[in-house]
Amino acid sequence: MADKVIIAEKLTKRFGDFTAVDAISFEVNRGEIFGFLGANGAGKTTAMRMLSGLSMPTSGKATVAGFDVYRENEKIKRNIGYMSQKFSLYEDLTVRENIRFYAGIYGKSSSFIREKTNSVLQELHLTGEADKLVRSLPLGWKQKLAFSVAIFHEPRLVFLDEPTGGVDPVTRREFWNLIYEAAASGITVFVTTHYMDEAEYCNRVSIMVDGRIDALDTPGGLKRSFNAVSMDEVFLKLARKAVRTAD
Amino acid sequence: MRTLRFLLQKEFRQIFRDPGILRLIFVMPVMQLMVLPWAADYEIKNIKLAVIDHDHSSYSRNLVSKVTSSGYFILTDYSGSYTRAMERIEHDKADIILEIPASFEKQLVNENESTLFLAVNAINGVKAGLGSAYLRSIIQDYNREVRTEWIQFPRFSPETTVEITSSNWFNPLMEYKVFMVPGMLVLLLTMVGANLTAINIVKEKEMGTIEQINVTPVRKVHFILGKLLPFWVLGLLIFTIGFIIARVIYGIVPAGSLFTIYSFAGLYLFAVLGLGLLISTYANTQQQAMLISFFLMMIFVLMSGLYTSIDSMPDWAKAITRANPVTYFIRVIRMVVLKGSGLADIREELLTIGGFALVLNGWAVLNYHKRS
Repeated sequence: MADKVIIAEKLTKRFGDFTAVDAISFEVNRGEIFGFLGANGAGKTTAMRMLSGLSMPTSGKATVAGFDVYRENEKIKRNIGYMSQKFSLYEDLTVRENIRFYAGIYGKSSSFIREKTNSVLQELHLTGEADKLVRSLPLGWKQKLAFSVAIFHEPRLVFLDEPTGGVDPVTRREFWNLIYEAAASGITVFVTTHYMDEAEYCNRVSIMVDGRIDALDTPGGLKRSFNAVSMDEVFLKLARKAVRTAD
Repeated sequence: MRTLRFLLQKEFRQIFRDPGILRLIFVMPVMQLMVLPWAADYEIKNIKLAVIDHDHSSYSRNLVSKVTSSGYFILTDYSGSYTRAMERIEHDKADIILEIPASFEKQLVNENESTLFLAVNAINGVKAGLGSAYLRSIIQDYNREVRTEWIQFPRFSPETTVEITSSNWFNPLMEYKVFMVPGMLVLLLTMVGANLTAINIVKEKEMGTIEQINVTPVRKVHFILGKLLPFWVLGLLIFTIGFIIARVIYGIVPAGSLFTIYSFAGLYLFAVLGLGLLISTYANTQQQAMLISFFLMMIFVLMSGLYTSIDSMPDWAKAITRANPVTYFIRVIRMVVLKGSGLADIREELLTIGGFALVLNGWAVLNYHKRS
């Protein structure tokens, strides 16, 4: 139990007649980088929103960080970080103010905030930009900052919803270095992506098709069982079966 | 409590960093209070009068000069035919036609009576009604003058006359501005309160930052208080600026205590902020929020007793005014500013507005979900 950060059993979300997430079951281990793949409209974001307490499941069971998603969603929130598809820092606040604000509402002490802010700024090479408005930063920098803010309060698990969308390859590489560092410090990473090279970086990968998880294994295991040379090929073989049209 | 401090700090930073909001805070009250009260004056002046004088006698000229010297009328046409005068009305060059018949003087002298004809353009009902009333009273006055000139026993007039002397309590000069400016202050507070809150929260929805807040352990109550309190402070600031303008420009000094006014304003702000909050829970885009609050504002303004008297509304309309928070504040602010009423006199209104604040905020809190 202690080693499983997420346990989902037949987790389902319906919107009227439409079943966005169809009885998915999986487990995520502590410290793991778990890749959550799927075409647009496969139900990744909905599944992630249920697990992070933003969306009420229709049926099924799930625990996140040992807490039940139905009853203990506020407790879950203390233990997770979340970085959504939409950029979610305040554009009209400075880098430092954003960090301070999010750390503050997670209840971190002022001395903790002060010390950690400086080390994060150094790591991101943003010390010179600390008092600039976030609006003025390039997208890649913003995304790295958003990630650092999402794990600033040292959660047990962080959800990343397409964190590298629209980011250049170099910055994507740097972003993944941040993810590795976070995982090394014991933070479990649950990440969705459309970049198959990124899927290769994950410890395990699940692929969603039409609201169901069709495959779940290590990248190597998936390539073997689908007789493919790359994750790209695995993904295409699975995603082509989809009947649901992409949004 | 600490969470709230962080939320408030963030909110104030954003507000004071937004040049649009700052402009709104200072420009809006100044503009509204400097321009509108002059326009929102019920006294009808400059009524355009077309006179058709078929008589051209000294009596008819006396009458016309008496009318024009009253200050309420402008003689825009002095013509010989009714058709021509009617044309003037059609082209909006005249509001009232006064037709003096050909034998006006002769009849008056010989038969002691004569007729006059008034035709009024009633498109603007207020102007038509008041205009013809003014004109009638001027003509009556003229009539009396003619009589006194002709009937030579002024001391024992056969007619009994009742002369009325009236005094206008609480607004001795019947100044419309004294009456309107406090009401406009209320409108200002309502607009700022409801609009700014609604738009601010919906903006966070549009940006996606509200979702980020929703995945944090921030409690709903803290988030909402973090949104309400800054705008509460801002509202009172604007209200104060408005009061200063009212004093400096219009010389309006409240007869009652500022404490009474601010107590009510503080409570009232919670009600309108609650309304803004409620709008934000239903609207998904800033346009939606704007349209909803614009629609409500129209009703609030017209059904509040600011421009028209509630007592003369039909019963169903009176019911609507009772469901309108603006009504209560306009009544209260006029009572306190003009009459000097104290807290005890406005107890009922205080309780009602407290009720509004509870219901609107309660509804908004229930309707705000951290989880969909």
